Amino acid sequence: MIMKHWYKIISVFIIFYTLVWGLLNPVPRLDILNETIRNVYYHVPIWFAMLFMMLVSLIFSIKSLSTNKLADDIKAYNAAVVGFFFSIPGLLTGSVWAKFTWTTWWTFQDPKLNGVAISILIYLAYFILRFSIDDELKRARISAVYNVFAFVMMNVFIMILPRLTDSLHPGNGGNPAFAKYDLDSNMRMVFYPAVVGWLLFSFWLFQIKNRISFLNNKLDD
Amino acid sequence: MILNLIKKELLLEFRQKATIGGVLVYIIGTVFVSALCFKGKLDKPTWNALFWVITLFTSVTISGKSFFKETGGQALFNFLHYTPQQFIISKIIYNMLFMLCLSFITFFFYVFFIKNEVENMGLFVIILILASTGLAGVLSLMSAIASKASGNFAIMSILSFPVLLPIILVVIQSSKQAIDGIELAGIGFEFLVILTSLNVLTIALSFILFPYLWRD
Repeated sequence: MIMKHWYKIISVFIIFYTLVWGLLNPVPRLDILNETIRNVYYHVPIWFAMLFMMLVSLIFSIKSLSTNKLADDIKAYNAAVVGFFFSIPGLLTGSVWAKFTWTTWWTFQDPKLNGVAISILIYLAYFILRFSIDDELKRARISAVYNVFAFVMMNVFIMILPRLTDSLHPGNGGNPAFAKYDLDSNMRMVFYPAVVGWLLFSFWLFQIKNRISFLNNKLDD
Repeated sequence: MILNLIKKELLLEFRQKATIGGVLVYIIGTVFVSALCFKGKLDKPTWNALFWVITLFTSVTISGKSFFKETGGQALFNFLHYTPQQFIISKIIYNMLFMLCLSFITFFFYVFFIKNEVENMGLFVIILILASTGLAGVLSLMSAIASKASGNFAIMSILSFPVLLPIILVVIQSSKQAIDGIELAGIGFEFLVILTSLNVLTIALSFILFPYLWRD
C-alpha cells in the first residue's frame, strides 16, 4: 500500500508545506519584487511540471511510433492534457506576478510569454488533429509525428530564442540570473521541495488520467 | 529518382495553367488589397511586418496544399515506386523552389504597389531565401500530416501557424536590420545561423518522421 502510494503522500505533504511555509518564511527584500518574490515557489514549479509532462508526452509519442501500441499513444495524449492543465495556473500566477512587477497583465516585450502562448496553441492544434482523425491506429501515428515535430519547434522557441533577445525574465537579456534570487538559503528550503512536490503531483494526475482511459477502453470493449 | 520526382511535379504544375495563373493572381490580389487598406502609407516596421504576414499566408495557402493531390491511385503508384525518404526530400526540394519563386514574386509586387524600404538588399535577399526554404520545409511535413487528417483544409493552418512562428519571428527581427541598412559590423549574423539551422532541423525531422506517415 505505502510502496505504491508513497509519491502521492509525499507530493501532497510537500505542496501543503510549500503553500504554508512559502507565505511565512523570511525572504530577501529586493526592489520591485518585494513580497511578490514568493511567487517563485508557485509559478516556477508549475511551469516545470508542465514542461515535465510535455516531455513525458514526447517520450510516449516516440514510443508509440516505434512500438505501434495504442496504449502508448493514449499515454502521450494524457500527458499532453495534464501538461495543458498545468499551463493554466502557470499563466495565471505569471500574469498576476507581471501585474505587480512589470505593471501589465501581458506584455509582448517578453519572448518567454510569446513562447508559452505558442506552445499552448501547438498543444491545442495537437488536440484538434487528434479529434479530426477517426481511425485509432492512424490517429496514433499521425498525432505522434506532429507531437515530436511540434515539441522540437516549441523548444527552439522557449529555450533558444529568449536567450538571444531581450527578456524581462531573470537570466535573459541582462537581467540578473535566477540563482541570484535563489541564493537565499531560506528560499531554497521552499523552492526545491516545491519543484519536487509539483512534479510528483503532475505524475499522479497523469496516472489517474491513464487509469480512467484504461477503464473507459475496457467499458467500450 | 529524386530528380524524376521533381521533374514530375514541375510538369504537373505547368501543365495546369490554372494553378500558375491562380498563384499569380492570388499574390497580386493580396498585395494590392493590403496596399489599398494602408493606402500605400507604411512606416518601416509595419512595412516589414506586413510583408512577412503576406508571405506567411501565401505560403500556407499555396505551398501547403502540396500533399492534397497525392491520394488514391497516385498515392499507390508513389508507394510502390519510391522510398518515403526519396519522396519527402523531392517534395521538400520542389516546395522550396516553388516557395522561392513565390516570395520573390510577392516581393516584386510589394515593391511595385507600395514601395521599397530595403536598404541592404543583399542581406534581405539572403533572408528571403532562407525564410522561403524554411517555410517550405515545415509546410511540406505539415501538409503531409493535414492531408491524412480527413482532408479538412482549416487543419492545415491550425497545425502550421504555431510551428512556423519561430521562423517568422527570427525572420522579422533579422529583416528589420536589412531594412534599416545597418553597417556590416552591426548585423546580427546569429539570426542567419538560427534560420539555417532551423532549415536543417526541419529537413532532418521530416526525413525521420515522414516514413511513419507514408503507409496508410
